[in-house]
Amino acid sequence: MTTPPPTSDLVIAVPRGALMRETLDRLDAIGIDTAEVRSNDRKLLFADIGVVTMRPSDVPTYVEAGAADVGITGKDVLKEQPEREVYELLDLGYGRCEMVLATVDGPDPSVEALRRLGVMRVGTKYYKTAIAYFEETGRQAEIVEVKGSVELAPLTGLVDAIVDLTATGTTLRENHLVIRESIYVSTARLIANPVSYKLKAAAIDAMLEKLRAP
Amino acid sequence: MRPQIHPSPSGTRDVLPDEMRELRDITEAVRSIFEHDGYGEVWTPALEYEAVLARGGGAPPAYRVFDDHGEVLALRTDMTVPIARLVATRFATAEPPLRFCYFAHAYRGVRPHRGQMREFLQAGIELVGAAAPQGTAEVLTVLHHALDAVGLRDFRIGLGDASLYPMLLRSHDVPEGAVELLMDTLVRRDFVALEAELGRLGLADDAAELLLRVPQIRGGPEVLKDAGGSVADAVAGLTGLYELLSPEVAERVIFDLGLVRKMGYYTGAVFDVYDPALGAPLGGGGHYDDLLGRFGRPLPAVGFALTIDRLHIALTGEEKGAEA
Repeated sequence: MTTPPPTSDLVIAVPRGALMRETLDRLDAIGIDTAEVRSNDRKLLFADIGVVTMRPSDVPTYVEAGAADVGITGKDVLKEQPEREVYELLDLGYGRCEMVLATVDGPDPSVEALRRLGVMRVGTKYYKTAIAYFEETGRQAEIVEVKGSVELAPLTGLVDAIVDLTATGTTLRENHLVIRESIYVSTARLIANPVSYKLKAAAIDAMLEKLRAP
Repeated sequence: MRPQIHPSPSGTRDVLPDEMRELRDITEAVRSIFEHDGYGEVWTPALEYEAVLARGGGAPPAYRVFDDHGEVLALRTDMTVPIARLVATRFATAEPPLRFCYFAHAYRGVRPHRGQMREFLQAGIELVGAAAPQGTAEVLTVLHHALDAVGLRDFRIGLGDASLYPMLLRSHDVPEGAVELLMDTLVRRDFVALEAELGRLGLADDAAELLLRVPQIRGGPEVLKDAGGSVADAVAGLTGLYELLSPEVAERVIFDLGLVRKMGYYTGAVFDVYDPALGAPLGGGGHYDDLLGRFGRPLPAVGFALTIDRLHIALTGEEKGAEA
């Protein structure tokens, strides 16, 4: 057998957006110099350090196809793409946020809708998560998929409730929405391509060990 | 004039002559190996009674129809279950071992993407009535010959044991209900969930650590020696199998103690085929003790299936890599 390749031989999919800064901090801490990624906001491919940057929701796509060996993305993204054949290796702990069911303040309009109309209308960007949650909890719901600010939907009467991700709850509060139920807690996860996990086992294990170290 | 477009069903596609020639080169190379190694080719119907497929316990069928008697028929999801039926009914008294090969389409309700269509062509063999580990070693040798004949250079064979992890869980007195749940997380290789579920069981720290570490062990034969302790018994079967392999097969093997295949019928050695040119396995197989018994002819068996489309993608990927 040949000697195991260094960790830098891995292609790592890094999420842009809320998870990016802490992800780069963690990569720096395990010896991958991400200075160029930080300084160049438009470049997407950093071949020298094996980093590609993308939207968090694209990370499973690249990793499943093997275009990246490993990637970092939120558990919320993985839950929304359950059909992706990727391995979930590590809970990185940061990027903590909560998937919640929220409605306008005051008497819960979703309870009223269920009681009188039999179905509650729920706005969300997380269609599969919402479908699964109402199935599990035995409630009939019509899921209304919106692409932009979900907070607007209950304020205009489009829906009775929303399923959305919240980190601090500030946006919900500012729109006079209250959390009625907590669905799950999401954090950043390290995922791997199934073939890379076998063929680049040494490099991936070395990376895992360094990421686990406190 | 604008052409009229008549789509084919989702997950199916047409193959035109240029591609067909390349696919033929692959299937002919594989067929000559199978025939040379003593595996006679069979056809079985694409449609089976749904009850027959259910008895086999493979992947759930995605396409069902009623026949003119109101019976439910289904398109097969693999060839292993139809061949088990064939062996039990057409070779009920034949002296084992029996060797069959096939080139056949199977059908599954997957999300269609490159290398994974809903209708896909598989090439495979089944060796019926040969005990492990000799039978498994023979099949791995045929697998190596076939991949070599196709022209793949960089392939690896991931080798594990479907009974290893359940055995390890039971030896640590993990309750039966939890075993199923843990196996389910391992099939998906969701190690975060596996760690959380193990934590819930209230095991001793070193037991929980071991049960989380073992399914992540993969590498050359040295990983079996290093395993030690209660794991040493569990890997004894793999060690025995490895000793039977010829050097050219052995050097392709990557042990993977967490390897679990989705098909429910595997009871012993299991394997997957990988190539760096493709992000998904080219195929795989394993040893199954109980499947033929479900059809009334209790014999151990071992086999594998390769997905022709994936061999083709890997081959073109390797060629591209060689040019670069």
